[in-house]
Amino acid sequence: MMLTGAEILLECLLREGVDLIFGYPGGAILPTYDALTKYPQIHHVLVRHEQGACHMADGYARATGKVGVAMATSGPGATNLVTGIATAMMDSSPLVAITGQVTRGAIGSDAFQETDVTGVTLPITKHNYLVMDVHELPYIVREAFYIARTGRPGPVLIDIPKDVQQEKIEFVYPEEEIRLPGYRPPQKARPDEIEEALRLIAEAERPIILAGHGINISGAAAELRELAERAQIPVALTLLGKGAMPEGHPLTIGMMGMHGEAASNLAIQDADLLIALGMRFDDRVTGNLKTYAKKAKKIHVDIDASEINKNVRVDVGIVGDLRTVLTQLVPQVKRAQHAEWIGKIRNWLEDSDERDIINREGQDVLLGAQVINDLWKFTEGDAITVTDVGQHQMLEAQYYPHQRPHSMITSGGLGTMGFGFPAAIGAQMGMPKDEVWAIVGDGGFQMTLCELATAKQENVPVKIAIINNNYLGMVRQWQEFFYEERYYATPMFNPDFCKLAEAYGIPAMRVTSRDQMEESVKFARSHSGPVLIEYMVEKEEIVYPMVAAGRDLDDMIRRPKAGEES
Amino acid sequence: MIPKSERRKQILVALVENRPGVLNRVASLFRRRNFNVDSLTVGRTHRSHLSRMTIVVDGDKSDGRRIAANLFKLINVVDVSLVSEEPHVSRDLALIKVRAADAEARNTLTQICDEYPARIVDIGPEVAIVEIVGQEDLVEAFIKDLAVLEIVEMVRTGVVAMGRGVRILDSQYEPVVPATMRNGNGNSGFEKYSV
Repeated sequence: MMLTGAEILLECLLREGVDLIFGYPGGAILPTYDALTKYPQIHHVLVRHEQGACHMADGYARATGKVGVAMATSGPGATNLVTGIATAMMDSSPLVAITGQVTRGAIGSDAFQETDVTGVTLPITKHNYLVMDVHELPYIVREAFYIARTGRPGPVLIDIPKDVQQEKIEFVYPEEEIRLPGYRPPQKARPDEIEEALRLIAEAERPIILAGHGINISGAAAELRELAERAQIPVALTLLGKGAMPEGHPLTIGMMGMHGEAASNLAIQDADLLIALGMRFDDRVTGNLKTYAKKAKKIHVDIDASEINKNVRVDVGIVGDLRTVLTQLVPQVKRAQHAEWIGKIRNWLEDSDERDIINREGQDVLLGAQVINDLWKFTEGDAITVTDVGQHQMLEAQYYPHQRPHSMITSGGLGTMGFGFPAAIGAQMGMPKDEVWAIVGDGGFQMTLCELATAKQENVPVKIAIINNNYLGMVRQWQEFFYEERYYATPMFNPDFCKLAEAYGIPAMRVTSRDQMEESVKFARSHSGPVLIEYMVEKEEIVYPMVAAGRDLDDMIRRPKAGEES
Repeated sequence: MIPKSERRKQILVALVENRPGVLNRVASLFRRRNFNVDSLTVGRTHRSHLSRMTIVVDGDKSDGRRIAANLFKLINVVDVSLVSEEPHVSRDLALIKVRAADAEARNTLTQICDEYPARIVDIGPEVAIVEIVGQEDLVEAFIKDLAVLEIVEMVRTGVVAMGRGVRILDSQYEPVVPATMRNGNGNSGFEKYSV
């Protein structure tokens, strides 16, 4: 069958199971857009800015576990994808970005809308391709999807010159196995590594599991739970590890790190064994590396060999797929009790409860913490939440307990403001039966709010909760703590978000007091398309606890207990 | 006795697919991860689709291992070895142009060359070019000795290295040829990619 490069691309996408593309057309990708008219099986979502396309594909990928696809034209279209690609790279999200390129003959001539996109995206993709021969296209598409979703997942970019999209050749789909000699994702642990890990676990008196994103990606939540319960090991979660272990489970302590649950941080510093599973000792979870978990031996399991001993020297480093490794390890783990250790952690947790703002009476203002905790309550804790970046993100991590993997989506590694809303659209389109809430701040939302039009055009029933404090809240908090309250460039003039939503034909509601919380969720659920709710919260709320950048993990700024405020 | 600075040098060998942009990927990795490259050489191997890089970096053994792990993450890198951790042979080649305009200078030059595996490869009325091949520290010593004359130009290949013994850094890798081209109806630039 004679097909154009564009048709070959779409044939290959179909074979990868793609039925959704988030994109934006333009000159160099037009042959592919024209070919899309012949492929009604693939639904194209027209975004309003290419960054949104990437975040949507990312949100789709994180919610479904499938590879998300973003498409853009050459030059500015492709460069607008960059933030989204970098976001996916940092959070190991499987993404294939397809960009148009100027014709082969024009490459290197500074042609109209030409950018060296493979050069630009080299450090922020897992791999990328410039297709110079249409015969290679089917191989490249297969490899791209394979690379994106296997091993440590990540974004792969395919840059296709316009004339390659137009060239017609006989199409033969490569059915044979993919051969990538330099790409061999690790699977199993070596028996001696398992033995050594077992020995350390058996010897430990104060063990703690640090569960990261890898648990969710490899689908190892059940194995993790079995490990924790079998040897009674408490579990602390990273931000992206939320959902790996049900929150509310007696062994789940909570998030660790800069704004983590104090008990998690104290336990890490006091532990005699860290079992780090699919996490990478990011500076936001370790604080000062020199004083980090000094009393502990360390076991680190990760699929990426370059993560072992990168930030923290470990005693046992196992490179492998987490689920496979845990399947090897867990049945051999000796049953144990660590009653004294768990008791100690419980005491820390009780102390946290005493400080918790949620447990205080008589608040006359609406707090972000309460809004998010109430959203949890009234959505029965079962929504997929997608956050932006900032105070509301940390409050979500603290006050919206998650029960299952892939139910909390957030930009952790790159901390991309503007991620939340488009990613929520992608997540909702990937999981149409789930209730998806975009929890965003007034700052980040304005970075990508043009996608309101996309949400409306596609009638995506995403629920947008703006936690509006008229500030760049997290930056303001840093200014309060570390820059003597000089609130420079953080107060925000905001539009009337409800009127703005109305302009897009999106129903909206403004919430100013806590007794409207239940009503607001009912309101959101009463519409079949997108809904926006603006929660007007206390301007100068602080996210506690906080480990200042570079400080020791147990050196936390805590919220004073009731009656102890200075 | 190996000089102290030498102990801080790690030698890595990477077997890479011979494709456009692979050198760029490797170079980009070193810049991005803030690894300090001392020298990097790349050349073809006996298998036309594979090139071999020898990379010398400043750092200790754990740096070397980290770099190896990062190199291996690159899709086009087929195999990596930290050869400085095993018995190996390494060579550096230098071409050095020195001023040797009179008999005395030429005598001195000949004497120095006799003490090393070095030879004069070009000689003219004003200057001579000498070539030396050897381990990097030997080349360094030679250059130091040559400093009694005036060095006017110098070029070095950087270190190439190979592990000793039977551990062979290679693979059974053969490049994928698109089906359409195996049938002989392809004529465009696919061959280009395995040059």
